[in-house]
Amino acid sequence: MLTVENIHKHYEGQPLLRGVSFEVGAGETVCLLGASGSGKSTLLRILAGLEEAESGRVLWEGKDLRGVPVHERRFGLMFQDYALFPHRSVAQNVAFGLRMQNLPPAQIEQRVQEVLRRVNLSHFAYRRVTDLSGGEQQRVALARALAPHPRLLMLDEPLGALDRALREELGQFLREVLHESGVPAIYVTHDQEEAFMIADRLILLHDGLVAQDGTPAEVVQQPASVWVARFLGLSNLLPGRVISRQPLTIQTDIGLFCPSGCPEPPALNETVTLLIRPGGLAGQAAADAVNTFAAQVRDVIFRGEGYRLTLTSGGHTLSFHTAQALPPGWQGQLAVNADSLWCLRQREADQHE
Amino acid sequence: MDRGLDTGRFTVSLFSAPAPARPSPAGQPPAPAVWQALALWLLPLAFLLVFFFIPLGKILGAAGQGLLQSGLSPTAAERLLRAVGFTFYQAALSTLLTLLVGLPGAYVFARFNFPGKRLLRLLSTLPFILPTVVVAAAFNALIGPRGWFNLLAMEWFNLSAPPLNLLNSLPAILLAHVFYNTTIILRVVGSAWEQLDPRLEAAARVLGASPWRAFREVTLPLLRPPLLAAGLLVFLFDFTSFGVILLLGGAHYATLEVEIYIQALHMLNLPLAGLLSLVQLLCTLLLTVIYTRAASRLNIPLTPRLRGEGAASPRSLTQKVLVGTVVLMLFALLILPLTALAARSVVRLEAARGQRGTFESGLTLDYYRELFVNRRGSLFYVPPIQAARNSLLYAGVTVGISLGLGLPAAAALSRRSPLNRLLDPLLMLPLGASAVTLGLGFILTFNRPPLEARSFPLLIPIAHSLVAFPFVVRTLTPVLNSIPLNLRQAAAVLGASPLRVWLEVDLPILARAALVAAIFSFTISLGEFGATSFLARPEFPTLPVAIFRFISQPGGLNYGQALAMSTLLLGVCGVGIALLERLQLPDERSR
Repeated sequence: MLTVENIHKHYEGQPLLRGVSFEVGAGETVCLLGASGSGKSTLLRILAGLEEAESGRVLWEGKDLRGVPVHERRFGLMFQDYALFPHRSVAQNVAFGLRMQNLPPAQIEQRVQEVLRRVNLSHFAYRRVTDLSGGEQQRVALARALAPHPRLLMLDEPLGALDRALREELGQFLREVLHESGVPAIYVTHDQEEAFMIADRLILLHDGLVAQDGTPAEVVQQPASVWVARFLGLSNLLPGRVISRQPLTIQTDIGLFCPSGCPEPPALNETVTLLIRPGGLAGQAAADAVNTFAAQVRDVIFRGEGYRLTLTSGGHTLSFHTAQALPPGWQGQLAVNADSLWCLRQREADQHE
Repeated sequence: MDRGLDTGRFTVSLFSAPAPARPSPAGQPPAPAVWQALALWLLPLAFLLVFFFIPLGKILGAAGQGLLQSGLSPTAAERLLRAVGFTFYQAALSTLLTLLVGLPGAYVFARFNFPGKRLLRLLSTLPFILPTVVVAAAFNALIGPRGWFNLLAMEWFNLSAPPLNLLNSLPAILLAHVFYNTTIILRVVGSAWEQLDPRLEAAARVLGASPWRAFREVTLPLLRPPLLAAGLLVFLFDFTSFGVILLLGGAHYATLEVEIYIQALHMLNLPLAGLLSLVQLLCTLLLTVIYTRAASRLNIPLTPRLRGEGAASPRSLTQKVLVGTVVLMLFALLILPLTALAARSVVRLEAARGQRGTFESGLTLDYYRELFVNRRGSLFYVPPIQAARNSLLYAGVTVGISLGLGLPAAAALSRRSPLNRLLDPLLMLPLGASAVTLGLGFILTFNRPPLEARSFPLLIPIAHSLVAFPFVVRTLTPVLNSIPLNLRQAAAVLGASPLRVWLEVDLPILARAALVAAIFSFTISLGEFGATSFLARPEFPTLPVAIFRFISQPGGLNYGQALAMSTLLLGVCGVGIALLERLQLPDERSR
C-alpha cells in the first residue's frame, strides 16, 4: 500500500537519509528501529508531508504523494510527546480530525465514544488533557489518531515518555489495538524489546540506509551486518578469515569454527566476522577441535533462570547464558553448537564504526 | 516616559528580546516567504514611521535649528545643566532609597513564609499599573497640607498651620519613587533570591563562615546580576519620571521631563524643548543599552527551584522581628497612600478659612456629586465627569489600535524570519522615548489641519497606542512562540488546512494573551499623562489631566474632586490588576 523509494535527506549539512526504500502492506505493523539520530522521526515526518525529501518518492497505492499537502494525506501521526491540544477536552481532541472531515455532529459524537471506549477512557471524555497522567495522555493521542480512520497510522516513539512498567502494559495494549483496527502502521522506536512486542516486520535504519528488513525472528537469527548484531545486543563477535568454503570454515584468534549457514557464501580468504549466540555454549570439550575454544571464567552472575558467564579467550571477552555455572577462575576447553554460529560479511556501513 | 505603564512580571523581559522560538525537535519548517513577513510588518512599521520617527525627526530638527540660529543662550545652558544635574541626582537618590527598602523585602519574600504573603505579593503589583497622577494624589492625601497627617496633627495638637510640609519637596518625590519602584526590587531580586539554593549558604556556614560572611561571599555575588539589572531599571524609571515630579515636586524641582514640559507649553521655547528632549533621549538610550546588557546576564543558570521551596516560617526572635518589621513597612508603603486617598475622597475634614474649630467633619459624597456638575467658573467648560467619559473612549480606541497593530507584529516576530533581528529592536524604540518627548513631537509635527494636534482628538489614543504597543507585542509574542510547532502539525495531520490550523490552534491559545494585552493598553491609556498633557484640549480633558488641573488649584472642593477622580481611576486600575491576576498566563506562573 505504502511504497517508499530511495529517500534522501540532509540535516544541518550532514546526510541523514541516504536512499531509504521499503514497503508497508495492508494491515501490517512495521517497526522502524534505529539509534537516536538515525533519521527515523524525520522519515515519518517526510511520509506525513511535514517535511520534504530532497529526492525519492512516497507512493500510496501506486500514486505519488508529492504535492499532496499534509492535511489531505489522511495519514494518522501520533507524536512523540503526543501534541494534545491543551485548550481542548479529551473528547474535543479526539473529535478534531472528524470535525475536519465535516462529519455530522451525531456521527462525530458516536465515533468519539466508540474510540474512547476502545482505549478505556470513556469516563475521561470531558476532562482537560492537561489533567491526565502520561499513560492517559498517550491513550488520548492514540484515540485521536485512530478516530478519523486514517489510511496509515504512524507512531513516533509512543512509549518513549513513559516509565518501564507502564511501557510494558501500554505496549501490549497498542499491539492489540493496532491488530484489531487493521490499519497499516509504522511504529518508530529505538527500543528493540518494544519493537519485538509490536512488530510484524522490523526495518533497521542505520547510517541513513535500511540495514535490515525482515520479521523479528529473521533479524535476530540472521543479522545482516555487524552493526545489526551489536544493535540487537549480540556481542560475541570475533574477526575471522574464510579458510574453506565447503564446509564453511572460519579461522579466528581462538580457533576454527564451522557455522551452519551464511546468507551468501563468502569468498575464500574473505575477512568476515563470526557471531556466537549467547545461548550457544554446548559444554566442556575434551580436546582442541573445531567449534571449541580455550577460555577462562572471569565472572559468573546468577540470573534467575540460569547464569551469565563472562569468559576471556585469547584477549576477547565473550558472554553466554547457561543453565549450569562454572566456578570463577575455571580454565579449560569449551564447545559451542554449530547452529549458534553465524557468519557476518563486511559491509560498507560497518566500515564507519 | 510616564510611569504607570510598567507592568509587573513583564518588566524584566521588556527591554530584552524574547526567547527565540523553540526549534522543532526534528528539522525546521519550510522557511516562510520574506514577502509574507513583510506584509505582516507593513502596518505596524508604517504606523511607527508616521507617528514616531517623523515626530522624532521634527524634534531633532527643532533642536538643531534653534542651536544654529541663536546658539545656546547662557540662561538656557544653565537651565539645561541644572535639569540634567537634578535628574541624575534625584534618580540616584531614589534608586538608593528604593534598594534600601526593597532589599530587606526581597530577602523576606525569598526566605520566609508569613501570614499575608499572598496579599502582599498581589498588592505589590498595584504600583505597576497605577497612573502617576493617582499616586501623586494619594501622597497628597497622606502627607499634603490638606492630607490626613497634617489635618489630624493640627486637630490633635491644636496647631494653626500644617506641621509637616512635605509637598513640593524632594522627600515627597523620593517617597513616591520608592512607592513605585520597590516592587521592581521585590520582583527581580526577590525571585532570583528565591531561586537560589539555600543550601549554598548553609554549605558556607558549615565551612566556617559567619552569616554575614556567607551572605557577602556566596549570596551577594550570585545576586549581583539581578541586583544590577533591577537597580538600573529603577534608575531608568526614576530618571524619566514626569507626573510625580510635576505634581509632588512643584516649581523648584525640574527634571529634564518637567523642563521639556515647561519650555514647550509655558515658555513656548520649542527649540530648547527639542534640545532637552534630545539630551533626554540620549541618556535613556544609553541607560537602556546598559540595562539590556545587564539583563541579558540575568539568565545565568541558577539551579531552578520550585517556588517557595527555600522559604520557612521565621523561627528565632530576631527573624520574627525582622520579618515583622519589613512586612509592616511594606504594607504601610503600599497601602497607606492608597487608603488615604480613598478615605480622603469621602471625608470632609477642613473648615473654611478663619473658621477653624467649628467645621463639620464627616463622611460625604459631595466630591463625587460635584463631578457631575458644570459650574460656572470651573476649570473646564464641561462637568468633570466628562473627563472620565473621554478617558474611557480614548482607552477603548487605544485597545483597538494597539491590538490591531500588535497582533500582526507579534505574528511576524514569531515567524523566525531573518528580518526579526532588525525589526524587533525597532519596535521597542518607542519605549526609550519618554511620553513627554512623544507629546512634544506630536505638537511639532501635527500642526496643520487636518492633522492638527489640538483639533484632531484621535491623536491622543494614537500616542497612547505608541506607548502600549511594545507591551502588547511583548505579551503576545512569547505566547505565540510557546505554541509548540507539533500542535499545529498534529492539527494538519488530522486534516486541518493552514487557515483552519490558525483558527483552531493559534487563535484559542492566543485569545487569553490578547485579553491581557487589551487590559494593559486600556489601563496604560487611562493613566497616561505625559503625552496627553501636551495634546488634550481644555474642553476634552482626560481623567489624569483633569486631576492635575484640579489638584493644582486652591479650594477644598477642587481638592476633593481631584481625589474623587483619582479614587475612581484607582478603582478601575484595581479591577484591571485583579483581572490580570486571574488571567495570568500559565507560562508566566511556572517560570
